[in-house]
Amino acid sequence: MCLGVPGLVVEVDDLTAVVDFWGVRRRVRLDLVDEPVAAGDYVLNHVGFAIRRIPPEDVQTTLELYEQLLKEASGDLMATDVRSEIENLKSEF
Amino acid sequence: MAALEFRDPIRAKALAAALARATGDVGREVSLMHVCGSHEQAIAKFGLRSAFPRDLNVIMGPGCPVCITDQPEIDEAVALARQGARIATYGDMVRVPGTAGSLADAQARGARIDTVYSVAQAVDLARETPDDVVFFATGFETTAVATAAVILAGVPKNFSVLSAHKYIPPVMEIVAEMPGTRVEGFLAAGHAATITGWGIFEPFVARHHLPVVVAGFEPLDILAALVKLVELVRDRAPAVVNMFPRCVTREGNRNAQRRLWQVFRPIGGRWRGIAHIPNGNLRLRDEWAAVDARRRFTIDLASLWQHAPSTLARQCICGNIMAGIASPDDCPLFGGACVPDAPVGACMVSSEGTCRIWHQYGGVPDLTAVARPFQGRDDRGAEGPALRDNASRGPVCPI
Amino acid sequence: MSHLAADDRIMLKHGAGGRAMRRLIEDAFLRAFATDPEVPAGLVGVAAMDDGGAVRLGDRWLVMTTDSHVIQPPFFPGGDIGRLAVAGTVNDLAVMGAPDVLGLTCAVILEEGFPRADLERILASMRIACDEAGATVISGDTKVMGKGEIDGIVINTAGMALAPHLVRDAGLRPGDRIVVTGTLGDHGMAVMATRHGLALDVDLRSDVAPINGLIRAVMTAAPGAITAMKDPTRGGAATALHEMASKSGVGVMVDEAALPVRDTVRGVAELVGIDPLLVANEGKALLGVRADAVGRVLETLRAHPRGADAAVIGVCTEDRPGMVILDTGFGRRLVAEPEGELLPRIC
Repeated sequence: MCLGVPGLVVEVDDLTAVVDFWGVRRRVRLDLVDEPVAAGDYVLNHVGFAIRRIPPEDVQTTLELYEQLLKEASGDLMATDVRSEIENLKSEF
Repeated sequence: MAALEFRDPIRAKALAAALARATGDVGREVSLMHVCGSHEQAIAKFGLRSAFPRDLNVIMGPGCPVCITDQPEIDEAVALARQGARIATYGDMVRVPGTAGSLADAQARGARIDTVYSVAQAVDLARETPDDVVFFATGFETTAVATAAVILAGVPKNFSVLSAHKYIPPVMEIVAEMPGTRVEGFLAAGHAATITGWGIFEPFVARHHLPVVVAGFEPLDILAALVKLVELVRDRAPAVVNMFPRCVTREGNRNAQRRLWQVFRPIGGRWRGIAHIPNGNLRLRDEWAAVDARRRFTIDLASLWQHAPSTLARQCICGNIMAGIASPDDCPLFGGACVPDAPVGACMVSSEGTCRIWHQYGGVPDLTAVARPFQGRDDRGAEGPALRDNASRGPVCPI
Repeated sequence: MSHLAADDRIMLKHGAGGRAMRRLIEDAFLRAFATDPEVPAGLVGVAAMDDGGAVRLGDRWLVMTTDSHVIQPPFFPGGDIGRLAVAGTVNDLAVMGAPDVLGLTCAVILEEGFPRADLERILASMRIACDEAGATVISGDTKVMGKGEIDGIVINTAGMALAPHLVRDAGLRPGDRIVVTGTLGDHGMAVMATRHGLALDVDLRSDVAPINGLIRAVMTAAPGAITAMKDPTRGGAATALHEMASKSGVGVMVDEAALPVRDTVRGVAELVGIDPLLVANEGKALLGVRADAVGRVLETLRAHPRGADAAVIGVCTEDRPGMVILDTGFGRRLVAEPEGELLPRIC
């Protein structure tokens, strides 16, 4: 429902920040962000407002959650199967 | 930060395989609902539907604010535009018809309509012109907080807001209680939950004994969340699970929440083609009457409705389609009185709406069996290596 | 009633290159200009809805096309309305298989008060584009309308060229490869970024350029290799591929990973929620190429300065005629045609 785009904060100027989205820069307002933002942080942008500072450790948590899920979902018996599946796919790409 | 990939096709395939296994474990058809237009957009954009197992039915719920903005709300914006106000709004809403045409129709008849990317631009526009600028504010709480922020920061006297903002949590209650619904779990919208926090779904789960998984919008986010949700269905474990922890916390963005409720209050109202949703609409609080277009102007809907057709909306069955208990073919309006150019219900409005897709393609074509281009062909030699020269998997999501 | 309200007036979507425009052409223009069914052997008329029309002259075809150009703003990163007017017409001729331009016409309608300096800048730019294309303006017309009666400037260009064989947009056959001559979405995104007050800081440039030289090079190097051609202007590659697929009666499978799209274009696409496949190009062509000639065609395209980013992006199938299917690497989806003017979206 809400197009949210993550981007990298380049500079902060009081209540706004310049944010880089894949090489596209736009000034984003900081009124709504939940914690202080500094250059080098990632933020989630929606309609020109940062609505979340994205802590790097939370990105890691998300990725680990997915790895965990894969491990659990596949179970011991299936593990080899998935590993070979991933290997096959790697060679395909 | 390393190039962390939430668009890694290899992991996506592994997650799709896990999804197929989990669905297989359930041993019957499983119907899940997402309540987020951006989830549908992402599912469509990345072609994820063709990667879902056959027994998994992911229903597009009432999560697209464009689709569920009711016709009379659009009529108010059209009436204000005809009365001479300059209407600024998000691009999504411009072509959506009310009972007497869309804002684009009004523009064709001379009204001034400005498409903006941010509500902040609408405020800037008001600063540059002596005219009355009315911001036709659509979107869920994620978008409403931005409207709240500009109002709190102070706006020029000629700026006002026509709020059609919606609040998502109440509609989940309505859908969960629809008679005959087959929905066994909800995929909650990660960006809305960034504002509200995932804790808001706990009472819902307790009441309805249905699992809710909060999901992000990259292919891995959606697939992983679906795996989790199917597992919760399989294990009969109604719970809230946050699969989008990089953006969503239990309590959410308190700063944004505070601003939201400082400016808006929830009231009941109709959602197009669905139902009356108690507390589903966000209106400006009394102390902001000065910036409330509904109180600043007399909106002359009567003249607009003089020639309006008797309401077809009553025959619309979008609510049932969204609940997964009817298909477009069951609707008397489908393809006749309700077509993409003149949609009646929510499902025909959105480019990803079920009815729109059925209308365009005569049903939902099964793409699972289509071969990948260039794969398994003997003659790929000529273009094989060249093909991948420009290969790029889209911008690597930086986070 | 609401249906009528929407249809009794021309809307912006009727000029946006998508389905609404095609319906208007079919319902209004084709009815008016339909050709006698006896004639078609020596004629490609409006009913073909191709990039240009053609009349048989002895053993050759005289290809003609006309195009009116309106754009806000008239000067945009990478080009201006003048360059657009020349490139648009030259490219329409080229993708009919007629890259050698005999002559162009130029009719300009100006709004009272339009800056003289801007007009001269536009004309100079047209001249440069003509030189690049090896084309000459041989006839012209000027009109001025009152203030507010027209938005700045409108340029119409028509062009003529001779071709021994026509290349149509309906000639795709199963097994043919789809080749694009360069990156997609540059023009539309560059113009979009300057409109709607997006306030983006990004180096985006329109690709507007005459590409008849590029087309000539590939037609010469690989005679008979090109089975169909179209320039993906308004409506983008999605609309062009739809037209080619449905007129040819084939399905088209596109490999998303193979699409040449600049990172900056992708970035804006993500921000405003618009698919680069739906966005206009003004210096590109989509080619249907016989599978056995793809290597040669690519090599020739890439050796040309306007074809460095050329790529094979898809293949034609007997299956699912008229459908354009995109393989995203995660799954597959149908590519829809845009419904009207593209607007940035928030949800």
